[in-house]
Amino acid sequence: MENFSLILAIVVVTALAFDFTNGFHDTANAMATTISTGALKPKVAVAMSAVLNLVGAFLSVEVANTISKGLVDETGIRPEVIFAALVGAILWNLLTWLVGLPSSSSHALMGGLIGATIASAGTGAVHGDVLVTKVLLPAVAAPIVAGVAAMLATRLSYTLGRKAEGKAAAKGYRTGQIASAGLVSLAHGTNDAQKTMGIITLALVAGGAVAPDSDPPTWVILSAGMAIALGTYLGGWRIIRTMGKGLTELQPQQGFAAQTSAATVILASSHLGFSLSTTHSVSGSVMGAGLGRKGGVVRWSTATRMFVAWGLTLPAAALVGALAESVTGLGDWGTAVVAAFLIASSAAIWKISRREVVDASNVNDTEEPAGVVTTAIAAVAPPPAGSLADDLTATIPSPAPAPAPEPVAPAVPPAAAV
Amino acid sequence: MKIDWAALGSVFGVSLVVTVGLVALFTLGVMGLSRQERATAEGGSAALAVTGAYACFAACAAAVAYGISLIVA
Repeated sequence: MENFSLILAIVVVTALAFDFTNGFHDTANAMATTISTGALKPKVAVAMSAVLNLVGAFLSVEVANTISKGLVDETGIRPEVIFAALVGAILWNLLTWLVGLPSSSSHALMGGLIGATIASAGTGAVHGDVLVTKVLLPAVAAPIVAGVAAMLATRLSYTLGRKAEGKAAAKGYRTGQIASAGLVSLAHGTNDAQKTMGIITLALVAGGAVAPDSDPPTWVILSAGMAIALGTYLGGWRIIRTMGKGLTELQPQQGFAAQTSAATVILASSHLGFSLSTTHSVSGSVMGAGLGRKGGVVRWSTATRMFVAWGLTLPAAALVGALAESVTGLGDWGTAVVAAFLIASSAAIWKISRREVVDASNVNDTEEPAGVVTTAIAAVAPPPAGSLADDLTATIPSPAPAPAPEPVAPAVPPAAAV
Repeated sequence: MKIDWAALGSVFGVSLVVTVGLVALFTLGVMGLSRQERATAEGGSAALAVTGAYACFAACAAAVAYGISLIVA
């Protein structure tokens, strides 16, 4: 590798850093519902997800070959452009992690790439129609598709499974959740680890280290798989909390329905050629499951913040990517400045995050205050006592289906007091 | 700009049918097992319910296996 220049090494390291943030940003997709319903202990859940991500990374190189092609013109791409794109994507991932909002890592990456390309080669190098069909439309479609499926499945599950109770039922739903969460992890590994492989390969091609149109080298596959698995294992607990507890309160049936819907949507979409974002699918299915249960409440204030973050992902990452690209364009010292800026901002974000630590021990604590909308909904339509009792007998293993002896804390947080 | 509505539609349809179908199957399986649990507690047996339950779970397992084969492919 005589052409393996310093800039190329920087790009590879940055790409692996992005892969790492991608891992801990998206742990929530696979494991949030499993953790919040107690099907798996938090640490066990992230360990399992990490292993499956690693396995998934080795399963195929199909996706790696598509990320770079189509969206931007490859001819004008220099390693600096990819570096700038990654800077945008990493910073957006860290920022959304800090505020605990799930957002698509792929959108961040595409945004960074688009911004950097525009700054480097002008708007002509970005294919606008690809942007709409591959990015914007799926972002709207994914939560709707997954949400409707999860809602209907939850309804059905509660209707059919009225009589399912006791240890067997609890164990059954637990196993089902673990299986579907595992499937999501595996799919995530094949998709997202490969995106990084694609980026690294693109950089290697752009830098002339490997021949165009070649498959990712083995060391790229290996390191990308390791980076995403490590990130997954460290766990983005803030996002897990938002997804598992912040959006809605999930019972095992709902967790199962949500995760099954997400897994199905992800697999069906990637197989039928209309790729949908994992994050969007899972968020949608969690909300759908929340709506599907009688008395279930979706915290629309949290959901709204999440939607806003989705909308901002692409432009924000694009802006940072474009800025980074114009600075790297000034010369080698510009690249050094951007690298220093990336490290400094990452450190700052980490520092801020330590003010209020979220980890495996408190991931299931709800600190999310109910928003105005939720309060209004709760005030207008309090869940009828009868349906509450139904839900309780359906999930709490008890020898006799006795009515709830005392008013247990309703599924809605004590919003009226706020 | 050409939006592939057919692909989107089929993703929607397939996701809906498969999700609801799988969850229904699984819930039936869980119901079968919990019926057996109740029957055992009362000293009886529920062979039919158990057989049905395992048939449901087998179908779910097959779906998961198909999912994995889609990921690998």
